[in-house]
Amino acid sequence: MNLKTVLRAACAVALIGTTGAYADSHTVTVTIATVNNGDMIRMQGLTEDFTSQNPDIALEWVTLEENVLRQRVTQDIAAKGGQFDVMTIGTYEVPIWSRNGWLVSLNDLPPEWDADDLLPAIRAGLTVDGELYAAPFYGESSMVMYRTDLMEKAGLEMPDAPTWDFIRDAAAAMTDRDGEIYGVCLRGKAGWGENMAFITATSNSFGARWFDEDWRPQFDSEAWANTLNFYMDLMKSYGPPGSSTNGFNENLSLFQQGKCGMWIDATVAASFVTNPNDSTVADSVGFALAPDNGLGKRGNWLWAWSLAIPAGSDATDAAKKFVAWATSKEYTQLVASKEGWANVPPGTRTSLYENAAYLEAAPFAEMTLNSINAADPTQPTVDSVPYTGVQFVAIPEFAGIATLVGQEFSAALAGQQTVAEALEKAQALTVDEMEAAGY
Amino acid sequence: MARTVTTQRKSLNTAIAWGIGLLIFFPVLWTILTSFKTEAEAIADPPVFLFFDWTLENYAVVQERSDYMRFLWNSVIIAGVSTLVGIVVAVPAAWSMAFVPSKRTKDVLLWMLSTKMLPAVGALYPIYLIFIELGLLDTRTGLVIVMMLINLPIIVWMLYTYFREIPGEILEAARMDGATLRSEIIHVLTPMAVPGIASTILLNFILAWNEAFWTLNLTAAQSGPLTAFIASYSSPEGLFYAKLSAASTMAIAPILILGWFSQKQLVRGLTFGAVK
Repeated sequence: MNLKTVLRAACAVALIGTTGAYADSHTVTVTIATVNNGDMIRMQGLTEDFTSQNPDIALEWVTLEENVLRQRVTQDIAAKGGQFDVMTIGTYEVPIWSRNGWLVSLNDLPPEWDADDLLPAIRAGLTVDGELYAAPFYGESSMVMYRTDLMEKAGLEMPDAPTWDFIRDAAAAMTDRDGEIYGVCLRGKAGWGENMAFITATSNSFGARWFDEDWRPQFDSEAWANTLNFYMDLMKSYGPPGSSTNGFNENLSLFQQGKCGMWIDATVAASFVTNPNDSTVADSVGFALAPDNGLGKRGNWLWAWSLAIPAGSDATDAAKKFVAWATSKEYTQLVASKEGWANVPPGTRTSLYENAAYLEAAPFAEMTLNSINAADPTQPTVDSVPYTGVQFVAIPEFAGIATLVGQEFSAALAGQQTVAEALEKAQALTVDEMEAAGY
Repeated sequence: MARTVTTQRKSLNTAIAWGIGLLIFFPVLWTILTSFKTEAEAIADPPVFLFFDWTLENYAVVQERSDYMRFLWNSVIIAGVSTLVGIVVAVPAAWSMAFVPSKRTKDVLLWMLSTKMLPAVGALYPIYLIFIELGLLDTRTGLVIVMMLINLPIIVWMLYTYFREIPGEILEAARMDGATLRSEIIHVLTPMAVPGIASTILLNFILAWNEAFWTLNLTAAQSGPLTAFIASYSSPEGLFYAKLSAASTMAIAPILILGWFSQKQLVRGLTFGAVK
């Protein structure tokens, strides 16, 4: 090999290397922080569709457990770490973070993304002062899931919109402790997103509220005493043993094994309990709206896992392209074509609930839609309140306070203290925390 | 005079030791068993122990969903390099405290150990900000530094304890033969303390491998080790126990195998100097 050949080869290699480096330098990397749930994992598997349409954008994923993710992205966004370009956040974070100037407005997503197609309740929960700060990926409310066979055996018929009194009567009729069947399974595990999500939503239907219009805590009100006494009585009389440690997953497991007559929880559970691969009662599950007490508010919540872009991202345009793709109607079509209509992310768009193929594949679709529509995050309670949020209060202090209050309520359910003691402690600690926060 | 132990007593002691051993190992065993179950079997009540349809599906799903080798490689680099750098820093420190003690040596040792008593979260935000400034967020270099620093007190303490068992006269003899400080440490002290150094390396490698606070908080898409890999399979809304168990088993397997092969060395090092 002579010198000329060697030089030619070296030039060729350098050219190829330079071209590769040029391509690399023009590829924008979007890092997405997300939670581990079925819909998100499915999206990860389908991103080739996005990258083939956008060859100049590379996607990287960080999947974490919900609470770890929340802490991680809060820390990063507050410290301007710039680790993430797209974050999966819930309806609790959106109003707080957007007011802090931490999120990029998504009002300029392309017209074909069709913001007007979003379900009004979900859109309202993600909009602050007219600006949409997160695009909903999937939305959920809560509803009653019940065993149609046990209901029939008890000689009862579940109305579409039951009252709490009916739920108590039905729970009494379905409970068979010797046969390990418990009338009702509800969340008891302490946590602002666990028992407090359920109890706060329930309290709305009993006319209770967290704060009055002057931000004074209301746990000393009669409405809260009624809420908690009813919940404790229901759980202690007709709930499963050890219910003070039961969260979503534990109750899901009990229901799937045929041990719960009724379960009031997230609408997303409907697809799990009707899946014959995992559920032993898949063919005998009915759905109803969350109960009420005739006061004009039902005990259902509203939540949407949504995609938002932190203000510190250096790949905002690419991130917006990804967010628009992942929350579009076309993405729904993509999932349906690859994995069937039953697996599309629910609860975000009106058009999905007008789609006959989806309504046929998902027997719980109509009740999910009605449940979402029954929640109003801007006016969640019977009496007026200074906050937004159905099962939470959209202020930064809420997560900490509600976790402490949840521990008191969980301890009361475990029999470690009375309802009156739990409420007294809840009131005292909420007053202290709110005063410390300057309210 | 040696105490006579009856056969009955020996059997009882053996049974108790096995009982405690199995009790400690049971959660690991249960995780491994769960990894071969379906999601429905993983949450069955009453739980199924051995008689279920064994499946490798969870491992297939985990393999398909995650880049296991990348997480594994990150773990090896972070735990390995941080331990080795820690040893290099700690050997001279432990030597000086063991063989040239001052009246403040005990205080220094206690002060070093007291840094382990600070809740890690108390230092998180300052370290996070420093990492942003230095561009160390989500890098293996950053994690190596942090792991090395948080394990350094333990490494120094362990090495100090081992070095104290070595007679100072031997080092003196080496010095009289003309050994420099460097060759005294490298050629005389280190070979004599090999069991202690080996067990220190092993123990700190395991500690760094299992560390989950800093590794979760300082990493994102690039440098996450196996702890981040496990965390990605946890979920409060949905059934992922079997897949989570498969991910956990894959994460602990390398360290379990390492521990199994080096258990003799580990026990010998940990009991080094216990009996005089």
